[in-house]
Amino acid sequence: MLMLCITGLPLIFHHEIDHLLHEEVQAAPVPEGTPRANLDLIVKNSLSKDPGMVPHFLIWDPDDANALMVSIGKTLEANPVDNRIVRVDAHTAAYLDAPDVTGRFTYIMLKLHTDMFAGLPGKLFLGLMGILFCVAIISGIVVYAPSMRKLKFGTYRRDRLRVVRWLDIHNVTGIVLVMWMLVVGFTGVINTWAELVIKVWQFGQLAEMTAQYKDKPLPANPSSIDAAVQVAIKAEPNMRPAFVAFPGTIFSSKSHYAVFMRGNTPLTAKLLKPALIDAETGGLTDSRNLPWYVATLLISQPLHFGDYGGMPLKIIWAILDIITIAVLITGLYLWLRRRQSGVSIERVVIDASASDHRPAYTS
Amino acid sequence: MKYKSQLRRQTNGQIFAIPMVLGVLSIVGLVSALVGDGVWDGVSWATLAIPILLCGYFFLKRS
Repeated sequence: MLMLCITGLPLIFHHEIDHLLHEEVQAAPVPEGTPRANLDLIVKNSLSKDPGMVPHFLIWDPDDANALMVSIGKTLEANPVDNRIVRVDAHTAAYLDAPDVTGRFTYIMLKLHTDMFAGLPGKLFLGLMGILFCVAIISGIVVYAPSMRKLKFGTYRRDRLRVVRWLDIHNVTGIVLVMWMLVVGFTGVINTWAELVIKVWQFGQLAEMTAQYKDKPLPANPSSIDAAVQVAIKAEPNMRPAFVAFPGTIFSSKSHYAVFMRGNTPLTAKLLKPALIDAETGGLTDSRNLPWYVATLLISQPLHFGDYGGMPLKIIWAILDIITIAVLITGLYLWLRRRQSGVSIERVVIDASASDHRPAYTS
Repeated sequence: MKYKSQLRRQTNGQIFAIPMVLGVLSIVGLVSALVGDGVWDGVSWATLAIPILLCGYFFLKRS
């Protein structure tokens, strides 16, 4: 847990850190209202330096309205985690860059934080750790009561022995942060199930929506991507496209462009709605809200990352994370101390209090 | 000494009264920035900063 808190700290600011440490080719600044480039051209240009690779996803950069990202893989079956991200100018369709992120500080932190470089088993292991963290928090609430029976809320006995001081620090920080820690801990656990949730959606709702296409091969002459996005926007006029999954990728069927639309508030921006566009005829096949289990996953992400309320929220998130580290360290100390001496902390505290009945010379 | 050891035994209700309020405020803060921008973000910053300010107050105040 300590490792997760420590690696999570820089990840709160991953965007700023990347920006600071790594050069990025900027998209050309344009006046407002400049027409956007044709998406088919953007995808074509994204492959210009890697002929033979195939596009998986076309993504609107949430942080930069002037750029789009194309996720390209060696084959359609390749694991998208290993894909290259090519950035393309949204207005000129010019190839910007395709940085190798795997050596970056933030990438290493992210891998340590999500799967410890061990893939799905690593994720599920960390998810289990997260569950234990939540269980530990709840047991902490239970033992908080007897510990505070005769103490005022927020008591910090600064002139006592270290074990008493650290018990007070643990109690105060733990109880004031309890809800935040539970929410961040549990949403983190949900995030470790992401791959499984997507699989369930693929074989559930997605399979249902594309049932009549089940045995069709990949389209020989795929229709226009730009037109597909226009059809999706017409179907959901109050939403904007977030990303397009190409036929044959994990987020679509073999016969469809899946245009994932997003809303305009922080909440609806996370709750995506896929519009499936037939990649041969260019017509709309179906558009449905994602099922509750995917919606839960999508809502869990911002609540874990703290990236949904601007820079002040990120700073608050970082401070809360640091205080959580203090809760963990003091908790570990108290637990070790108890194991070593075989005496409960309550006993130690009472003994320490007894020695305080000496003539008081502190103020 | 004056760590309220003269305090009478508190009931669970008394012990958890303030933590319950803080927990509800945390939830309000966590959700409000999700709901909207602007004022909603402000509510989120204010409520989630409370635990931080409380920690600062309890550990830094001179007794």
